[in-house]
Amino acid sequence: MAEPMKIRTKLVDGSAHIAVLMIHPMETGQRKDPRSGQAYPAHFIQNVTATVNDKAVLVAQLGPAISKNPLLGFRVKGAKAGDKLAISWEDNKGERARAEAAIA
Amino acid sequence: MDQLRRLILKGGGASGVLAVALAAGLLRPTGAFAADWNKTAFESKAMADALKNIGAAGAAESAEILIKAPDIAENGAVVPIEVTTRIAGAESIALLAEKNPFPLMAYIDLTNGAEAYINTRFKMGQTSVVKVVVKAGGKSYIASREVKVTIGGCGG
Repeated sequence: MAEPMKIRTKLVDGSAHIAVLMIHPMETGQRKDPRSGQAYPAHFIQNVTATVNDKAVLVAQLGPAISKNPLLGFRVKGAKAGDKLAISWEDNKGERARAEAAIA
Repeated sequence: MDQLRRLILKGGGASGVLAVALAAGLLRPTGAFAADWNKTAFESKAMADALKNIGAAGAAESAEILIKAPDIAENGAVVPIEVTTRIAGAESIALLAEKNPFPLMAYIDLTNGAEAYINTRFKMGQTSVVKVVVKAGGKSYIASREVKVTIGGCGG
């Protein structure tokens, strides 16, 4: 199963600055094995959803052009300390992960 | 199955409930998410097609979209980009790189108080124009910026 995500939050002037680091190879499908000449199959995160207190704030569709171990930084106005942040992703092979954190 | 039915009835398919149902393992993830990934747009090979497939053909050039990215990226595998916009009521931000095999890199919807801001890192194989599309109030706005790459991010 997927490795845990790293989540950082910081409250700045009434808005929560959130940064999420997901651990994922983000294989593009373009890279070739130098010996066999075969392309490594694409393996990348396609969907990321972030919710604050169960309300969606960010719904991202990603392509394989996002870097390995994707970083997503976003800001939510009106979020308060203690609000429940949840992040979940799913990749093109159906693997998924979910993490929760309290905004601080 | 009853519990799943209740959840769906209660939430009317709201994404928050969907996320909860997913986490609880009540829904098969592929079925639930697959529809939300714009395959046509992500597999478009030309910038014009990608723009058309995200519904942003004929987007108006805007100086209100600020793209913070390096002029010269030393490592094309990890190019930082930060986007902010002063366009009121921004609903989504899309990132595209003209010379990538598939120009569309990300399409991000922002709702429920999320600010018009996004920060991420992307790959580019060669020097290219990076475009950002912001949608607000049913209109599309676009801004461009060139990023030079000294080492490509695709060949490895």
